[in-house]
Amino acid sequence: MTVSPLIGALAATAAWLAIGVLALVPAGNAAFARKIAFPLGALVGLALAVFGLQAAWEPAESLTLLLGLPDLPFHVRLDPLAGFFLLLLGAVSAGISVYAAGYFHDEAPERLTLIGLQYFVFLAAMALVTLADDAYLFMVAWETMALASYFLVTTDHHQPAIRSAGFLYLLIAHLGAIAILLCFGILHGGQGDYSFAALRDAELTPFWASVAFLLAFFGFGAKAGMLPLHAWLPEAHPAAPSPVSALMSGIMLKTAIYGMVRVIYDLIGGVRWEWGVIVLLIGAATTLFGVLYALMQHDLKRLLAYHSVENIGIILLGLGMSMVFFGFGHPAAGVLGLVAALYHTLNHAVFKGLLFLGAGAILHRRGLRDLNDMGGLIRSMPRTAFYFLIGALAISALPPLNGFVSEWLTFQTALQAPILQHGVVRSLLPLFAAMLALAGALTAMCFVKVFGIAFLGQPREPRHPVHAPAAHQAGDCGPMERLGMAWLAAGCFVLGLFPASMLLLLNRVGTSLTGWGLSDEALASGWLWLVPTTPAQASYSPVIFLLVIVGVVLLTILLVRRFYHGRVRYSHPWDCGFPEQTPRMQDTADAFGQSIRHVFGPLYLMKRHLPGPDDPAPRFTLKIEDRHWYWLYLPVARLVEFVSSRVGLLQRGRISIYLLYSFITLIALLVFVR
Amino acid sequence: MSDVPDIAFQILQSVLVVLAAPLVLGWVNQCRAWLQNRTAPSICLPYYTLAKLFHKDAVIAEHASPVFRLTPYILFGCMWLAAGIVPVLATSLPFAPAADIIALVAVFALARVFASLAAMDIGTAFGGLGARREMLIGFLAEPAMLMTLFTAAFISGSTQLTTIVDTLAHRELALYPSLAFAAVAFLMVLLAENARVPVDNPTTHLELTMLHEALILEYSARHLALVEWAAAIKLFAYMTIGFALFVPWGIAEAGDWAGLPFAVAALAVKLALAGAGLALIETVSAKFRLFLAPEFLSTAFLLAVLGMLTHFLVRG
Repeated sequence: MTVSPLIGALAATAAWLAIGVLALVPAGNAAFARKIAFPLGALVGLALAVFGLQAAWEPAESLTLLLGLPDLPFHVRLDPLAGFFLLLLGAVSAGISVYAAGYFHDEAPERLTLIGLQYFVFLAAMALVTLADDAYLFMVAWETMALASYFLVTTDHHQPAIRSAGFLYLLIAHLGAIAILLCFGILHGGQGDYSFAALRDAELTPFWASVAFLLAFFGFGAKAGMLPLHAWLPEAHPAAPSPVSALMSGIMLKTAIYGMVRVIYDLIGGVRWEWGVIVLLIGAATTLFGVLYALMQHDLKRLLAYHSVENIGIILLGLGMSMVFFGFGHPAAGVLGLVAALYHTLNHAVFKGLLFLGAGAILHRRGLRDLNDMGGLIRSMPRTAFYFLIGALAISALPPLNGFVSEWLTFQTALQAPILQHGVVRSLLPLFAAMLALAGALTAMCFVKVFGIAFLGQPREPRHPVHAPAAHQAGDCGPMERLGMAWLAAGCFVLGLFPASMLLLLNRVGTSLTGWGLSDEALASGWLWLVPTTPAQASYSPVIFLLVIVGVVLLTILLVRRFYHGRVRYSHPWDCGFPEQTPRMQDTADAFGQSIRHVFGPLYLMKRHLPGPDDPAPRFTLKIEDRHWYWLYLPVARLVEFVSSRVGLLQRGRISIYLLYSFITLIALLVFVR
Repeated sequence: MSDVPDIAFQILQSVLVVLAAPLVLGWVNQCRAWLQNRTAPSICLPYYTLAKLFHKDAVIAEHASPVFRLTPYILFGCMWLAAGIVPVLATSLPFAPAADIIALVAVFALARVFASLAAMDIGTAFGGLGARREMLIGFLAEPAMLMTLFTAAFISGSTQLTTIVDTLAHRELALYPSLAFAAVAFLMVLLAENARVPVDNPTTHLELTMLHEALILEYSARHLALVEWAAAIKLFAYMTIGFALFVPWGIAEAGDWAGLPFAVAALAVKLALAGAGLALIETVSAKFRLFLAPEFLSTAFLLAVLGMLTHFLVRG
């Protein structure tokens, strides 16, 4: 390899920008955007993934670009951590871009060219966020990313609901950006140099380090969809076109995780265990909240968005455990937690991307997004159903797919708890593991609901179609869409079956970041065995697992076929002999969540109307709302309105009064300046 | 990392478990009949039932998808795999390092997900109901089960079931309060996960109360046989997990082939006692309302957590 990965990654970023601009130039020529821009963007993504992979194995490289303001050039740097996130960005976006080429097939040309520009600027900005080596470029890229995604979210801006979703997103994104900016300000300490190298060297007192940690944690957490700053996520992600939802949920949330790891581990350094406990508590709350609210949704894309909240919580659990171990001086276990968190970051990008693409396929081909309108789609969209099932099994943390591996690693981190000195924290850690187990089982329930209601059963009568599907869309999704989904589905298998190789890569990331690595036994275990610490303590071999399970299933089929006849009669469903069967008698998405509402009732804000027995026109209504709106968002909004109405009193609309203000200001200034 | 006798033993043990599982079910049914003052059926009745089902023609709903037809095989395969991980007779299982206790719990979860999907496949009212209830029990039981297993993992410092058994079998006969809590929790999870009486009634087909039966309502003939057989293996696997964690004595060590006959005898005694105990529990208790199941299982969870905390406290 003669190309340096950093140069390659910069070239790929520039290529994305160029594609975006080119998509705009032949205005009205949608064929270019559709047929060339998106597939080309996918190839660039693949190249970026290769450079990222290469960078993970090489020493860090840095470069000063002759861009930016005079005396304030952009610094870029590519180390294993950035390389890992570029791998994630490139590989996952490749699948999504290919899919987008098919998905945007019928888009109006003027809209498509604009989407193309925003889409590629968004991708390039995310690449720059990971490459940035000074606070200036980082914030520029971060804001570009936020704005590009804002415009993508508001693609359908003629709908008021989508406009307000976009506004909420922009608002919370900027609250987060302010916190990040303040964090850089603390790290910077008035030295005039905003490069990350200078921030890294800053000496902070424990108090200021903790303030910087809190600012970074909540600043990046706002972008990641962490509780209680999650409210934008279930509104904004479903509003965007499906490939963009996949990009936002799959990749953009991960740039926030990148920022968190970069700032907390690298720039602030000296991780304290108290920080870890904060991360754990918020992570656990986020996990549980995300999955419980996901179970209550019947809009497929909203449901997936709530699962993104949940998975961010799982990543935070891994990070929090890692910080606790580092804080108590157990770096080997700390690196294990970091590896688990980063592994889950990659896994979530892959399977959540896949699931959003599947949801997009249903929306695009059938015009449906409400689960209660779907049913029996496995017969008319068998390929989409197959890929969606893989994604559903992966997110439910079932072996041998990828979701299981990262949750397994998180469990193994929690099981290192006995080495901790602090009694309370030691017994808390396994409880967080129990929380993770609960969330995993609830996720499985949620995806049984999604797959069972959308793809299995009998077709329901659509009552809330988004649009009527065109005649040529009646079948399964097209070849480009299938290719995109197949790529991500293959990712679920590869990441699930060969975790030991990923462990080596992530160990490199951990070593370059913290100076510590996993145990030698863990690294020497070979590609077949995943060993977090020592083989005696725990091991897992997904390949053997898969071979055995496929082997015994095939053997069973063979034996049953060999020794018994294979006769089958087809008939009506039995259903305990009940004669009348209509699709309306099937479970709905809301009915499926009924038992959850019963068990976890106090956690929801439910408004229910149960009709009485003698009601002539009985209607059962149920509304579930997010409590955070009432105790956090609305009070803050009212406070802001109150303050601005008071400030508004200054505006009298008469020029003489404004002149008076100027006069008073001048007098005040003179007093101070003298 | 393992030699030929070990692999041969691994295969032998998993085949043995698969073949012996219906016998345990027959024994439980027999004990229950005695306790309830009924004439007991033959202990081999489950085998006759399976043979009968295998010979029948399968009836499948017209619009069933491949998920429906494949699920019985997946269920059976999952349970067979579980039978390969749990040390039943000896701890020399070359396959065991490939999947630890967390993977074991995940295998049961995989089976549950497919069973629920198959139930929803036909699109009947009962199928969806069964799937919903099964997943409800599942998400409540899974954390409790993991906590129980974690307590044992903390004591032995490993999540490998074979290592756990090796450690626990060789400890001095001391009282572990943490394991006592865990044992009660495990028993409650076992009852719930295997659709046993306080949570579900394996003999009922009453529409409004059934859990497991609602799930498999549409299956017939060989598919039903596989599902029922898988359920029997699951019960067997849960019982042997319980033995492995709480009464591991008598199990043959790795390479100790001479201890095998003794291990078989010990297993037979343990199974006979456990089966009789299960029948007793099922006779003296009544089935709960469905929404008491969450309370039952959260009690199990809390007991498991208490067990784990006790471990940390006692150890200092």
